Amino acid sequence: MARSTDGGLDTFWSAVSSRQAVSALTLSLWTSLVVAAVNAVAGTATAWVLVRDDFRGKAVLNALIDLPFALPTIVVGIILLALVGPTSPVGIHAVATTWAILLALLFVTLPFVVRSVQPVVQELDREMEEAATSLGASSATTFRRVVLPNLVPAILSGAGMSFARAVGEFGSVILVAGNIPFHTQLASVYIFGQVESDDPIGAAAVAVVLLAISLIVLVAIASVGRWGARHER
Amino acid sequence: MNVDRRVRLGVRTLVLAYLTVLLLVPVGLVFYRTFEHGITPVWQAITTPAAVHAFWLTLEIALIAVPLNTIFGVVTALALVRGRFRGKVAIDAVISLPFALSPVVIGLALLLVYGRGGWVSLPFQVIFSLPGMVLATIFVSLPFVVREVVPVLREIGDESEQAAATLGATPWQAFWRITLPAIRWGIAYGVVLTTARAIGEFGAVSVVSGRIAGETQTLTLLVEQRFQNFDLAGAYAASALLGVIAIATLLAMTLLKPRKDQT
Repeated sequence: MARSTDGGLDTFWSAVSSRQAVSALTLSLWTSLVVAAVNAVAGTATAWVLVRDDFRGKAVLNALIDLPFALPTIVVGIILLALVGPTSPVGIHAVATTWAILLALLFVTLPFVVRSVQPVVQELDREMEEAATSLGASSATTFRRVVLPNLVPAILSGAGMSFARAVGEFGSVILVAGNIPFHTQLASVYIFGQVESDDPIGAAAVAVVLLAISLIVLVAIASVGRWGARHER
Repeated sequence: MNVDRRVRLGVRTLVLAYLTVLLLVPVGLVFYRTFEHGITPVWQAITTPAAVHAFWLTLEIALIAVPLNTIFGVVTALALVRGRFRGKVAIDAVISLPFALSPVVIGLALLLVYGRGGWVSLPFQVIFSLPGMVLATIFVSLPFVVREVVPVLREIGDESEQAAATLGATPWQAFWRITLPAIRWGIAYGVVLTTARAIGEFGAVSVVSGRIAGETQTLTLLVEQRFQNFDLAGAYAASALLGVIAIATLLAMTLLKPRKDQT
């Protein structure tokens, strides 16, 4: 990776700050932030339903949550093309739009928050919630003041992993994103393009930025974990 | 929390609707599209020489990468939980890096190290051939076994191992007779995840393989190539094959999970 600075820092800087590279990085970052936020809410709700609710087929649903991890990413791309591509049965044509990118990223990151929050909901002390209710708290207040604070570390670490995965995602977006420079070109697809057109220095420069983001997210998740563990005591 | 019945039903409906739209409809649709003209064209598409070669190559890579990662995973987990050395926290964090890193970046890193004009030159070709693809697969699926075995090792503690040692067992005997049986379901779960990832890897392998049809083309690369060649039916058929492998993975995970959690 240090080879990105082969031509000196100037070469590195001009490769990273080329307008196309900046635009691809920006798109990757903001779509991943949106995806992490949606996952934080939807994943927590899903984990809640899987633990506290009861209905037929819950066990099957619980197993299906891991499907996005088990499916190869390129297959996810093919699946989404069938849904929103030219042959879409529902008449949605979203290929080469930001919507298609968001859909693909939401699909592949679905399990992260669910799987990190689910065990915490399982371990929650129900007596605390009952105490709050008996003291006159509404269920909304109980959730916000008693339940949610216990879940925050797990939600943050799940959302963090979603974000890291989404920023670097490649297989599921390569087919649906359209790869239009300045419009739907993501950082990972940009890097791949630079490799294909024999510009490893330009590719490595953007790759170093992604590597730095990954490291920052991992360190953040580790500190959230330590912070959560300290609060438990 | 005794949630209001209406709230509970509301949240349930929203969650089920979200999962249906995002997960079930697209996956169901692709299976429908694959088999809408019956099973014969699908069978033909996955038994062409290119598809058969891709299948065996994918299997070959998985058969090399998975055992290596299993051994590495168990040894690393033992070192992280039982060992005492400097930099343990750093290693613990770095182990997860392949999960947080873009597969394209991983492929590029291998390309820069082992490729033409790279840092390391070996007597045999790495990039655009099997060794590079195996390396990429090992890299992306590295953390699974470690991540599954570490919590189990923490949970079981080391009292039994110490008891075995007091009774005169060598560390080797204690590992085979005490530790390994206790962590076996955790290892099995990690192996299932590693295998699924090894078979399904696309990005990193795509960068280092050169995608030479009939030579360095795995199943996932075949899907992409068929799509680029406007052979949509062929791409669906190969995807369905990978989808079946994914469903088998889910089944194995569901069966292994209770056993793993028991320890």
